[in-house]
Amino acid sequence: MSNIPSLQINELAFAYPDGNQALYGVNLTIQKGERVALLGPNGAGKTTLVMHMNGIHPTMQGEVRISGELVDSKNKESLKAIRSKVGIVFQDPDDQLFMPTVGEDVAFGPYNMGLRADELDKVVKYALTQVGMLDFIDRPPHHLSFGQRRRVAVATVLAMKPEILVLDEPSSNLDPASRRELADILRSLDITIVMVTHDLPYAFELCERSVILSGGIIVADDKTGQILNDEKLLKSHRLELPVGFSFK
Amino acid sequence: MATPITRWPAFIAFFSLLIFTAVMSKIPILLLFKRALIEVPFVFFAILMPFFGEGEKFSIFGLSVYRDGLLAGTSIVVKGTLGVLAAVILSTTTTAREILRGLERLKLPMIMVQIASFMLRYINVISDEMERMKVARESRGFIATGIKHWKVLATAAAALFIRSYERGERVHLAMLSRGFDGALPSLDSHVVTGREWTTALSIPFLALIASLTALLIGW
Repeated sequence: MSNIPSLQINELAFAYPDGNQALYGVNLTIQKGERVALLGPNGAGKTTLVMHMNGIHPTMQGEVRISGELVDSKNKESLKAIRSKVGIVFQDPDDQLFMPTVGEDVAFGPYNMGLRADELDKVVKYALTQVGMLDFIDRPPHHLSFGQRRRVAVATVLAMKPEILVLDEPSSNLDPASRRELADILRSLDITIVMVTHDLPYAFELCERSVILSGGIIVADDKTGQILNDEKLLKSHRLELPVGFSFK
Repeated sequence: MATPITRWPAFIAFFSLLIFTAVMSKIPILLLFKRALIEVPFVFFAILMPFFGEGEKFSIFGLSVYRDGLLAGTSIVVKGTLGVLAAVILSTTTTAREILRGLERLKLPMIMVQIASFMLRYINVISDEMERMKVARESRGFIATGIKHWKVLATAAAALFIRSYERGERVHLAMLSRGFDGALPSLDSHVVTGREWTTALSIPFLALIASLTALLIGW
C-alpha cells in the first residue's frame, strides 16, 4: 500500500465550456506524506487543477488517481469515497463554514460519510483539537476572527480523515501570528499536503518540494529551495520573492 | 385569532396571559413594549379604518365613526398587537437557532428550515459586504443624496446580488467537496421532556380555554 502515491495526475487537460483552455496536459505525482507547494501566477489553472482532484470538474482528458483510485465524476459511489480522501480547504472560510455552529459545520463532512452519534461526536472533537479550536465548538462561525475561521475550515476537512489535504491560499488574509499558528498546525499533521499559493516564503517554510503550474502545464518540479533560488525561472512565470528575501 | 373581537373579555385574558409569560421569563415589560413598537407602521391604516367606510355611523368624543370600520380596525389592532407581543416574547427568550430547531421538530418542510438556516448564517456576511461596498463608495467621494444617485445604488445592489450568487455557488462547491448529497444533518439533538411539553403547551391551552369560555358564555 505504502508505495502507491497519494496523488497521481497523468496528462490532464481541461477546457471550460466557453472554450477557454485552462490545463494542457498536467503530470504530477505526489507520494504519501509529502508536503508540496503548488505555485503559479493568477490564472495559471491552479484552482482548476484542484477542482479535478475530487471530481468537481469532470476529467475531460487524462486521469487523476487518489491513492490508486481513479477519480470518475460519473461514478457517484466512488466519488463519495474520493471526496472523503481529498480534503479541500477553500480560500474564503465563509464559503466553507455554512452551518449555524462550528461543531455542526465540522460534523457536516463526516455526517455525509455516514458517521452518526458518538462516532460523529468523537471525530468532531478530534478535528477541532487538532487545530486548537475545541473551545469554540458551540460558537457561530461569524463570531470568530478570520484566522480562527480558517483554522475551523481546516478542521472541517480533517474531520473526514482525508488521505490528502489541499489548501487553497492558506496564508491569504492572515496576520503574522495566525499565519505562524496555521503553519504549526499543518506541520503537526501526519498527512499528505498540497498547498496552492503564491506566498513563496510560506511555501519554503512548509514544503520540501514545489511545483510551478504556469500556462496550464507543470513547468518546474524541484526542492523548494532550488526553485526559489532560480530567479530567472520565477520571473518568467510571474512569481517574485518579497523584496529583501533570498534563500542563497 | 378565531375569537371575534366582540368577545372582548377573552382578549383581556389573552393579554394578561402574555404579560404573565413575559414576567415569568424575566423580560422587562418596558423592553417588551418598546420592541412591539415595530407594528406601528402596519396598524396605521387599521387606525384610519373607522373614519372611512359605510353603514351605521355614530359619534364618540365628537368624532363620527363607522361601526363596521371601528370593529374591523379594533380587531386588527388588538389581534396584531397580541401577535406581535407573542412574537417579541418568543424572539427575546429563544435564540434564532432554537427557533429553527423548533420549526424542524414541528415538521416544517426540511427545505424551508435549510433556507432559513442558510439565511441566518449568511445575513451577516452579506451585510458586512454591503457595508464594505458602501465605505468603498464613500471613500471615493460618493454621497447618496437624491434620486440622481439611484443609478449608482442600483448598480451596487446588482453587484451585491451577483457576488452573493457567486458565493452561493462557491458554498455549494465546498459542500460537494465534503460529500454533500442533498441531506443536511438534522439540527435537533435535544430530547424534550414531558415537563417541557407541559410548560410549552400551558399557554396555548389557557388561551384556548379563555376563547371557548367567552364563546360559550357569550359575553
